[in-house]
Amino acid sequence: MDLTMLWYLVPSIIMFCAGVFGFVTRKNMIALLLSLELMLNSADLNFVVFNRFLFPGQFEGMVFTLFAIAIAAAETAIAIAIIINIYREIGNTDINSVKKMKF
Amino acid sequence: MDSVANIILYFVVAIAIIVFSVMTVTSRKILRAATYLLFVLLAVGVFYFQLGYQFLGAVQIAVYAGGIMVLFVFSILLTRRPDDKAPLLDSHRRAIGITVAVAGVALLTGALFTMPLIDGMSLTQCLSAGPEVTMKQIGELFTGTARFQYLLPFEAISVLLLACIIGGVTVARKR
Repeated sequence: MDLTMLWYLVPSIIMFCAGVFGFVTRKNMIALLLSLELMLNSADLNFVVFNRFLFPGQFEGMVFTLFAIAIAAAETAIAIAIIINIYREIGNTDINSVKKMKF
Repeated sequence: MDSVANIILYFVVAIAIIVFSVMTVTSRKILRAATYLLFVLLAVGVFYFQLGYQFLGAVQIAVYAGGIMVLFVFSILLTRRPDDKAPLLDSHRRAIGITVAVAGVALLTGALFTMPLIDGMSLTQCLSAGPEVTMKQIGELFTGTARFQYLLPFEAISVLLLACIIGGVTVARKR
């Protein structure tokens, strides 16, 4: 039995679609952010798997994943700062109660 | 032919990823969801180690499982009581979510199994086909200016992180 590229892409698909499900159904902003992290992680895993199985002599997938991790960290920090600020203003983190900047 | 240890490790990690990522989005307690996400991130780190990218696995565990999860746990504890439960989903929203997720899985799986790129190389073959990723190579990748070297994006990331620090302080500061 061989571990080919397909084997690594299947958990990645499940992870991405679980993230999509959470992003559609959740109402808490922090839970939305958790779903977003799931989707980002599955994309990162795909970059690394394609790098290893299709171009084993190069490093572009790894470098791109490193940059993606750095940007995801920055994005999460800013998003959490915004969420805490919203919580101070309106007292909860429900997306349905943030309407001031909607229109 | 891959070793039995590699195959067993693959199955343990893959099942952990699938189970915990589904539990992350279905758990009603947000702190538990964050903990399940931590397990998913650690499992993905194990995949990076298995694929031969030790530095990437270490970064995944240090930045994601270490840094980002601490941010998540702190923000959860700051914004709600830990025993709060999310309300049950209304059937309309849940139907939309399940439809989108199942359609996505079906579409992506169909695309995956008809993909012409797959030539069936096994993990062991690929690991021996490429050079070992050494720290020296990674350092040269990030500090060189030649083709396939990334000094400019590296510096851009440092400016981005600085902007992120300032932005975080400005946004979250009490006025």
